[in-house]
Amino acid sequence: MEQRREISHSELFRGFNRIALSGFGGVMSWARRTMVEERGWLSSEEFTSLFGLCQFMPGPNIINMSVCVGARFQGASGAVVSLVGLMGAPVIIIIALGALYGRFGELPAIQAMLRGIAAVAAGLILAMGLRMATDLLKRPLLLVFSALILVGVVFLRWPLVAVMFGLAPASMWVAARRYCKAP
Amino acid sequence: MNVVTEIILQFGMLSLVAFGGAGAVLPELHRLAVETHHWMNDATFAQLVAISQATPGPNAIIVTLIGWHVAGLTGALAATTAMCGPSSLLIFFFMRFWEKIRATRWRLIIQTGISPLAIGLVLASGCIVTRGADDGWGAYCLTAATVLIVLKSRLNPLWLIGSGALLGLAGVI
Repeated sequence: MEQRREISHSELFRGFNRIALSGFGGVMSWARRTMVEERGWLSSEEFTSLFGLCQFMPGPNIINMSVCVGARFQGASGAVVSLVGLMGAPVIIIIALGALYGRFGELPAIQAMLRGIAAVAAGLILAMGLRMATDLLKRPLLLVFSALILVGVVFLRWPLVAVMFGLAPASMWVAARRYCKAP
Repeated sequence: MNVVTEIILQFGMLSLVAFGGAGAVLPELHRLAVETHHWMNDATFAQLVAISQATPGPNAIIVTLIGWHVAGLTGALAATTAMCGPSSLLIFFFMRFWEKIRATRWRLIIQTGISPLAIGLVLASGCIVTRGADDGWGAYCLTAATVLIVLKSRLNPLWLIGSGALLGLAGVI
């Protein structure tokens, strides 16, 4: 691994704080821009490898990323500082919005605006899912599992943990047989 | 059981199966909050998701808002900690092994096998929020238009959120 710059706790905090406040609806592209292009914390290859790790493990990717980057430069305390830097401001903002919603949420004008925003939010999530699904077109057999979990969760209301443990082994088996041939 | 304890246990468990991020656990959050515990109705859930999408930062922030709605400040902090804590601890201890397993076949198999499930879950989230949010043709059209615009352009989502608010105010939705 190439030589590493010293990144202090306060730099980590400010970096992740900035990443959090820059991005609406997904902050990973900002994370790359901030850490690789602007601040030179990571090389492009290091970022890609860490991103692979964060996708591999459970938990929101960007939160995983903050833990890994913080730990890499400053150990456990760096991980905590980065995570707090990432989550602190958004948590305060959303609690303020939640308080306003509790107080004024029933007003007709606020309800009208929120109905519009909710319809857009639904579209944003659907679009994210569709974009992810296009990556899967190379492995069409696996789309069966996407469809199964979609129907199971939306219409049959299966609990997530049961679905994951039920379908993941089958899906991995298909992946192993069809798409990940032994070398 | 105390509602905060309930939040910590349930969200903490979710943290460890959140493959694909917050989008993938929305259906389960909905099942817990609306169907199992009746903390809120479908429309309120969709509105909380809407508020979280209009907030800068990770999408996982939705759990903070659910916690706040259910149990105030304690609930908000408990929900956030429960959602971030277990997965963060796990990756903290696991990251040192990553370079060793990165190129292995079983790593590829696990990841290839889990990705269609994550995709199905994100699409399910979209359907559940649509069901809660949209109650007329105007709303369905706005959702559909959002999908098309996001897929066809690189417009900042903030513009879409702002337009949604204006269209709502104008009484179109």
